[in-house]
Formats: sequence, structure tokens, C-alpha cells
Amino acid sequence: MLEIRNLAKSFGGVKATNDVSLDFPDGSLTAVIGPNGAGKSTFFNLITGALRPDSGQVLLDGVDLAGRSPPAIVRHGIGRAFQVANIFKSLTVQETMLAAVSADQRSSAVLHKRFPLPETRDRAEHVMELLGLAGKRNRTAATLSHGDQKLLDIALALVLEPKVLLLDEPTAGMGPEERWRMIDKVRELWETQKITVVFIEHDMDIVFKIAPKIVVLCYGRILATGTPDEIRNNSAVIEAYLGTEHAGAAA
Amino acid sequence: MTELEAGRVRTLVPARNGAVLQRYRDVLIALIAFAVLASLPLFTGSKALLDFVIRCSAYGLFATSLNLLVGYTGLTSFGHGMFFGLGAYSFGLIMQKLGVPIPVAFVATLAITAVIAAVIGAICVRLKDIYFAFVTLAFQMLIHSTILSWASFTGGDQGLRGGIPRPAFLGINLANHVHLYVASCALLILGLLAMRQIAQSPFGYTLRMIRDNAARASFLGIDVWRAKLTVFVLAALFAAMGGMVMALFVSGAYPEFAYWTISGEGIFINMLGGVSTFLGPMVGTVLLLLLNDTVTRFTEYHGIVLGVVILFFALGLRKGLLDFVAEWFSHRRNTGEGR
Repeated sequence: MLEIRNLAKSFGGVKATNDVSLDFPDGSLTAVIGPNGAGKSTFFNLITGALRPDSGQVLLDGVDLAGRSPPAIVRHGIGRAFQVANIFKSLTVQETMLAAVSADQRSSAVLHKRFPLPETRDRAEHVMELLGLAGKRNRTAATLSHGDQKLLDIALALVLEPKVLLLDEPTAGMGPEERWRMIDKVRELWETQKITVVFIEHDMDIVFKIAPKIVVLCYGRILATGTPDEIRNNSAVIEAYLGTEHAGAAA
Repeated sequence: MTELEAGRVRTLVPARNGAVLQRYRDVLIALIAFAVLASLPLFTGSKALLDFVIRCSAYGLFATSLNLLVGYTGLTSFGHGMFFGLGAYSFGLIMQKLGVPIPVAFVATLAITAVIAAVIGAICVRLKDIYFAFVTLAFQMLIHSTILSWASFTGGDQGLRGGIPRPAFLGINLANHVHLYVASCALLILGLLAMRQIAQSPFGYTLRMIRDNAARASFLGIDVWRAKLTVFVLAALFAAMGGMVMALFVSGAYPEFAYWTISGEGIFINMLGGVSTFLGPMVGTVLLLLLNDTVTRFTEYHGIVLGVVILFFALGLRKGLLDFVAEWFSHRRNTGEGR
């Protein structure tokens, strides 16, 4: 269980994350939405250690991880993928996966054996199959399509076998069709891997269709949390964020 | 065993063999290279040729170790030459002042280099890009001026005079030219083999990840600072090995060995030979020394000629010679497959 307690972060006078408390039960799938500048990415950066919170706690199974370094937090089981595919451009898909498993197995500093270590193969293979990258295993990451690079980024997070997977806009920069394919993949991963998934998403159709629970952020605060129906009918949300879009969709 | 498990074992076995085979192949290539180099004195009496190979050994170890930083980790050090100088001076001073057997001085020099590199590295590897380059350069200048000003210990600008004693050990007499030649070749081949192992180990791939995207590597649980410091120290050890070969060769140590121009030559060699292949710096070493030796014979303005050559590689090819060859081969193979 991931529990966020009174998390806060300011940049100068701007409260990017303002007293946020949330619970993400094991095996839940949650969408985080909010207008631009609502503090969604900052929220992820605070949880994963990319930024240091000013105050508050990030509890994973009761252990407070707030303020620890990214490697320490990853090793406790919080993996993340990025808004812009964050990959190793000169490595092949397979090398990327094998090296990531090495890192997770604490063998990334081994000098006397040859890469790849035999014990890293099964996990790398499994995740490549899972994300449909096995056929492109020998492609250099830089030569992959945008969508495949995003998948590789997610694969990097997933291959570490995290308890919690944070996906920062998995569909960013994709066309409508590709978006649905990606989000179906995310849902499939959530169902088969039985991990806690939290994702940021802009496309309302996608969010309302697949997320059992939604968190709405606005100006660094939680505006509302609930099921898609609750959010759809929440007056504060409609006013602050959804009003115009829904009017457009109805027309 | 289920069918699925059987299938998995079948795909695993050749893969495991692949990594092991690659290691055997490297050892085999090293053995052949050593056999060829070591048998050279049987076919030629040319002292100049053997001297050339000894200098290639010293510079080759140094340049290849620099490539572990530049090519594999993306750490462009402008001060790597300090460890070349440190190796030469430590070894020379230990032999002159303590008179211990050569292998003892060799190991002691590596130990001293490791400690100093760990201290300097701990400060430098936190820095990025140009800041890393310039702080390493600053440390190089610090060591160089220490050598110059501590004249009572280091001989100042005269260098370590009076020759380095080279007592025989285990039947090897490094005062003998052929013995020195074979020992230099052996150190070169062993050093290259060890660096190849580092480059192809899981740690070597950690370095590549850091080069490509250090931030992402840290989100995989990798301690980037520790990995950078480790490779900084390892590279320093091989640079010191190069410095020791040089000290044995000239039977002395001179401030020029620790001057920034040595680091500059290391960068130059890497640009000439290329940083995308393991042997690129070795090719670059041979090219640079050949150029140096031939050009200085014809003109005193050899700096101009070398400058033109480096411009040709940097602006014309935009890569080193071996990068160019490797790309050409992979291009040819790809078009061949397409047919």
C-alpha cells in the first residue's frame, strides 16, 4: 500500500504540491488528471525522489521514503516511466532489458563476468514478450518508433518488478489509435501483473473508460477523488476543469 | 520438464555459450597478437622498430584507458595524463629510493595511484561535462607543478636522473632490450585484455547506460556516482601502467610525462582512432606515433601537419578511423542482408 501524507513542495512562492494526502491500495489502478500546471508531474517527482519534498511522508508498506535518492526509492519498489521516453539511445532493446535486470539484481558492478549474466535472461525475455518488443530486440533504441520508445521506457520500469508503477502520460505525443493501443496495454499489464498502477493522462475519454479511481489535481491541491461517475458529476471538477470540454463534447 | 521449460533451456544454452565464447575469442586474439609481437625480434634486428612497439605499448595502455572514460562512460577527462606521470614517477622513485624488486614497485605504484585517483575522482565525478573536464585539468596542473617545485624529491624540471635501476627478477632482465620489449608487449596485451573484460562486463554496460542517460540509470537503482568513481580509478590504474612502461623504456621520469599535453595527446589519439570500438585508441596510438616520427623527420613545423590531420578527422570524417571502418562494415552487411 502506498500512502501519501501531507506532501508539500514549493518553488519560490508557487505551491506546486500543497498538502496532498492519498492512499493507493495494493493492486489499484488510479488516474491522475488536472489542467496544465496542476502539479501532476511534480507529484510523481516527489514520490520517486527526483525532487525532495519540503514536508510530508511517502509511505510504501509503512516505510517512509520521502527525501530518499531515486536509486533507493526504486529499490524499495516504486518504478516509473517518463512523459518523454527516457531510454538509452545507443543500446539495443535486449541490452537495455538485460542491463536493467542486472541493476535490479545488484550485479551492475560485476567486473569478472561477461554481459549478459545468464540469470538475467528470463526476466528480460518475459517483459519483452509482455510489451511486444521481442521482435525488435536487436534494434538500437534510438531507431525505434515513438510508440515503441514509450513502451521500452515502460518496460524498463516493469522489468524491475516494482510494487508500484507510476506512468507519466503513457500516451503523450501519440495519435488517437496509438493512444488506445497503449492504454489497453497499460490496463492489460495492470490486470496480469497485479501491481499498483498510477498514471497521468490528459485524454478524458481514456480516463473515464479505464480508470476505476480518479484523482483530480488543481493548483497543487486535490480537488476531488472518486470513481469516474463521481468525478463526472462533481460540480467543483466540472467548474474548474471539465466544464468547457464537456460542453464541447455534448455539442 | 514441460515443453515450455524445454524450449526455454534450448534458447538459454546457446546464449550462455555466446558470452563465454566471446571471452575465449578475445583471449585467443590476445594470445595470437602476443605471439606475433613477441616473435618480432627473431625476424628483425631493428632496434628502432622494437622501440616503436614499446612506445606504442605505453601510449596504447594510456589511450585505451582514457577511452574507458570518454567512449564508454561519457566522461571527457582533460587530466588523465596525470596518472601516466604519476605511474612513471612513483615507479621510478620507488626503484631509486627503496631498491625493491620490480614487481613490488609495480604493485606499490598501482596501489598509490588507486588511492590518489580515488581522492581526485571523488571530487571530480560529481561534476558534469565541461566542469569535469576542467577540474581534471586543474588537478593535472597541480601534480605537474608539485613535481616541478618539489625538486629535492622529484628532481624538479630535470626529472628523475641517474637512471632507474632494473634488477633482474624471475629470469627477466629488463635492462636487456629484448627482455624489456617482450615485457612491454606482455603488459600491453594483459592490460588490453583486462580493459576489454571491463568493457564487456555487466559493469561495462552500466557505464554505457550512464553515458547515454545517467538520470534514467539512477531510476533503475544504479548508484551513478559510485560507478563513475570506480571507472575513474580503474582507468587511472591502466594509465599508470602505461607510465611505468614509459619510465622503464627511458630509464627515468620527466615532468613532461605529467604535463597537460600528455592528456591532450590522449584525446587526440582517441579522436584519430575512434571511441566507438574497443581497439580504436590502439589504432590511434599507432597512427599518432607514426605521424610524429615521420613528420618530425621532414619538418620542424610538425604541429601544423598534425593539426591538419586532426581537422581532417574531426571535420572531414566526423569520427575516428576505426569508427569509420566499423560503420562501413555494418553498412555493407545491412545492405547485403537487404538484397
